[in-house]
Amino acid sequence: MQFDSFSDFIAMGGYGFYVWLSFGSCALILLGILVSSFNDTKRIMASVQQQAAREARIKHAQQENQA
Amino acid sequence: MWKWLHPYAKADRAYQLCNTLLPYFAVITVVFMIIGWVWGLAYAPADYQQKDSYRIIFIHVPSAILSMGAYSSMAIAAVIALVWQLRNAELAVIAIAPVGACVTAIALITGAAWGKPMWGAWWVWDARLTSELILLFLYLGVLSLYHAFEDKKAAGRAASILAIVGVINLPIIHFSVEWWNTLHQGATITKFDTKAIDSSMFWPLMVNIVAFAGFVGMVTLMRLKNEILQREKHRPWVRQLLNRG
Repeated sequence: MQFDSFSDFIAMGGYGFYVWLSFGSCALILLGILVSSFNDTKRIMASVQQQAAREARIKHAQQENQA
Repeated sequence: MWKWLHPYAKADRAYQLCNTLLPYFAVITVVFMIIGWVWGLAYAPADYQQKDSYRIIFIHVPSAILSMGAYSSMAIAAVIALVWQLRNAELAVIAIAPVGACVTAIALITGAAWGKPMWGAWWVWDARLTSELILLFLYLGVLSLYHAFEDKKAAGRAASILAIVGVINLPIIHFSVEWWNTLHQGATITKFDTKAIDSSMFWPLMVNIVAFAGFVGMVTLMRLKNEILQREKHRPWVRQLLNRG
């Protein structure tokens, strides 16, 4: 460990603002694209499911009409 | 000899391959990123000149390397998409582009935050910085070009061509610090003959490079899966996939 205390670690020898700005924005961007990719998957899956349900309903209605 | 590759041209096989590879990439990313960040931030020694501000190197260099690495992979996928007309390769181009844009943005932001305390300026119109900014615009250009077309076949072709043309920027970025006078320091790790970095800083840097590579691979696979699903939405295998999981 290069730092004596936690506050030393945060201060980064006076460069804390720049170091934490870098690591913070990096973490934010990485998390951002990760979460957005997850959400895309969910959205696509939901739309496929919706379409399948819709087709099933149409088929069901057609069968009822014929009967 | 290369026949085993053929089935992966099919969307469902490619999707399964992504699924198989994804957990490995995820584990590598999490493990290496935790080790790399803790090592780089807390355990690596301070620089004799730049003190603790140099710790930005542990994300700046990996993101810069990966911004170029991702672009090369995207361009290779683009060549495959144009020459062999493989749709999966086209989708790979579009899957990589946003990830590449993100790491390029990280390289630029961390570079600015490092430039301010060391050079006294957040930004200078210097060859290295400007060519890296152009790389970001190339990624965004590939993405917007793809989304500008209603016909996705034409969209994939246009985006692939732009991706290939943009390759010219890669040697410019790499050699910019040698060709022009610049504020930016020279290469740190790509000169293997003369060691420009001590091993107590070299190894945490390597760990972080692996972590970033893992991350780029992981998110690209996730996005490629999404692109395949989106494109194959109406195919039976996608329905079956949903029913199973």
